[in-house]
Amino acid sequence: MNKLRTNPAISSLLMVSPLAAVLLIFLVLPIVLIVIVSFWQASEFSIIPAFEFDNYAFLFGSPVTYTVFFNTFKYALITWACTLVIGFTVAYYLAFHIRTLTWQIALFLLCTIPFWTSNIIRMISWIPFLGRNGIANSTLMSWGVIDEPIEWLLFSDFAVILAFVHLYTLFMVVPIFNTMMRIDKSLIEAARDAGANGAQILWNVIIPLTKPGIMIGTIFVVTLVMGDFITVRFMSGSQSANVGRLISNDIALLQYPSASATAIVLLLTVLITIGILLRFVDIRKEL
Amino acid sequence: MTKFTQRNSLSRRTLLKGAASTAIAAGASTLGAPMLWAQNIKDVTLRQFGTGVSNLNDVALKVKEDLGFTLEMTALDTDSVTQRAATQPNSFDIADIEYFICKKVWAAGNLQAMDTTKIDNYDKIAGTFRSGLLTPESTIAQGTAPHTVGFTSGPNGTDFVQEESGWMTLIPTIYNADTLGIRPDLIGRPITNWSELLNPEFKGKTSILDISSIGIMDMAMVVESMGEYTYPDKGNMTREEIDLTIGIFTEAKQNGQFRAFWKSFDESVNLMASGEVVIQSMWSPAITAVKSQGIPCVYQPLEEGYRSWGGGLGISAALSGIELDAAYEYINWYLSGWVGGYLMRQGYYSAVPETSKAFMSEDEWGFWYEGKAAEGDILSPTGDKLAGAGEVRDGGSFLDRMGSVVCWNSVMDENQYMVRKWNEFIAA
Repeated sequence: MNKLRTNPAISSLLMVSPLAAVLLIFLVLPIVLIVIVSFWQASEFSIIPAFEFDNYAFLFGSPVTYTVFFNTFKYALITWACTLVIGFTVAYYLAFHIRTLTWQIALFLLCTIPFWTSNIIRMISWIPFLGRNGIANSTLMSWGVIDEPIEWLLFSDFAVILAFVHLYTLFMVVPIFNTMMRIDKSLIEAARDAGANGAQILWNVIIPLTKPGIMIGTIFVVTLVMGDFITVRFMSGSQSANVGRLISNDIALLQYPSASATAIVLLLTVLITIGILLRFVDIRKEL
Repeated sequence: MTKFTQRNSLSRRTLLKGAASTAIAAGASTLGAPMLWAQNIKDVTLRQFGTGVSNLNDVALKVKEDLGFTLEMTALDTDSVTQRAATQPNSFDIADIEYFICKKVWAAGNLQAMDTTKIDNYDKIAGTFRSGLLTPESTIAQGTAPHTVGFTSGPNGTDFVQEESGWMTLIPTIYNADTLGIRPDLIGRPITNWSELLNPEFKGKTSILDISSIGIMDMAMVVESMGEYTYPDKGNMTREEIDLTIGIFTEAKQNGQFRAFWKSFDESVNLMASGEVVIQSMWSPAITAVKSQGIPCVYQPLEEGYRSWGGGLGISAALSGIELDAAYEYINWYLSGWVGGYLMRQGYYSAVPETSKAFMSEDEWGFWYEGKAAEGDILSPTGDKLAGAGEVRDGGSFLDRMGSVVCWNSVMDENQYMVRKWNEFIAA
């Protein structure tokens, strides 16, 4: 027992083992299973163990796959840009313009109120608003701004991205706000004393110091958007597809091996994307 | 997200108190079964799943009242139903599925063949489900016609046989002829052909259902109607035919012909009622649902004919003993008329029309089955007004409608290929 306590290698091994076990059972094992199934064959009602590259061959052989992956990145990129601008602005306002902590907390909580309902409901509530005879169109028409209803408001890429931005902006606000609150106010005073104007302070002081928060928010938004399927299905009226929808269609049609293969490719794509993102910022500094 | 579960809200305790007497009464008098059986059957719970079409809570309540045992119902969308029948055999006792789903899942061995000698009203089941012939002169439509997958060779058969072998895969309960639904007020001119679905006049205002086995048949009807191609067998296309069909629709999709695709019943109702869509694939009760909101909606009969489907009840292979007896009892009760009448008043056809007639008023029978003008208000089973005096059912009588069926919902030999192409169409 004593020996065990004094041997640092064993004790640290024991300390990490609970977490390692949890990760092994609930993360690594399922992924390994998905990898295995992705090489199997499927018929209408059963999946047959095999080792074939058919699923991958079909996936990479179909031009639709590339369109769909392109779409997925398009959604992720535009959503990221919108959530970043809005999220940064909101966080900046909260952190630097609201003076008292009480108000900061109060307004921050206000941002989270929409999250008290399910995200499906928040998403679906856009549908009657944006529809051909919806509130947006009838208001614009009664104001005389438009004569004909605008069709692209609903069941379009616009609607999909709008819903994404609405759903995920908070994931950008929280980490950015968090890092901004840690910025030492005397740094800003020093910059001002040295003659920097507001834009220079923002660009040379605040943004560099907020980078880790931006990066964490980016990872949240990018992974959420790339893994989503239900928002795309509802807001595009099933007309657009991202990789998540490809997988969910496969599952609905009992094509589990094909769904697994797509899932593996998506997983690798997301991992590579995050790998690239982490090259830009040392996230550990923040944690 | 289109899944939802309906569960009978009565607990076992209420059931024991309330139903014991009715069960005994029903068991002893109506069904002529021994007392012993009646006392055990009240503990039986049968779990049924199927599409929202016939998984109605009213049926579960009536089962308890008439038979004394509990029926738990789960309503799912078509794809989820197929998935469950194929992959989760222990999750159900009764499968309420369509015949084309049966073709997909029968070979998996999760359902057991049913002895037709135990089915009281077997002789009264409509010809469509037995010989395949609606009337002796009828021709059999293309696709997975119910009688082609309705019989198996014996109690343990995993094959399909073409004659009435005495062993049924599903006991037929319901069928109907489907066509396009339209908003006559927003279209303002007669619609007579399937090809109107791709008419540029309705650009951005049409929809098709996103369920491959059914959608591909609607597509085929449209392609034939456009004069692009005549299929030797719409229900069993070759790869080239699948490419051609889906190619035409992919082009239309990219030109912005469709407003949306729908997967569940309520989505189709919303699309139509909100005016997002003026012409689309639709199911009969969805039309009813739109109409009951006071919005004009017609289930438009078209020159090329109807696409048809049929459904029935299958029994889980795991069922035996008293549960199996209860399942047979339930199926016999199902065919005895009450459910049939209920479904007919929603616009479906009962597989045993004779018994259903007794549970409908003369006016209702005349309106729904014989295509006669209604004499008074026609109400849905839940009490909504569906038609007033003088109105006639869209498409007319049973023989007019079912006689014009040109294809059934299908599973093709190239199903796997079709499914992948379908997925591409949705993603394109």
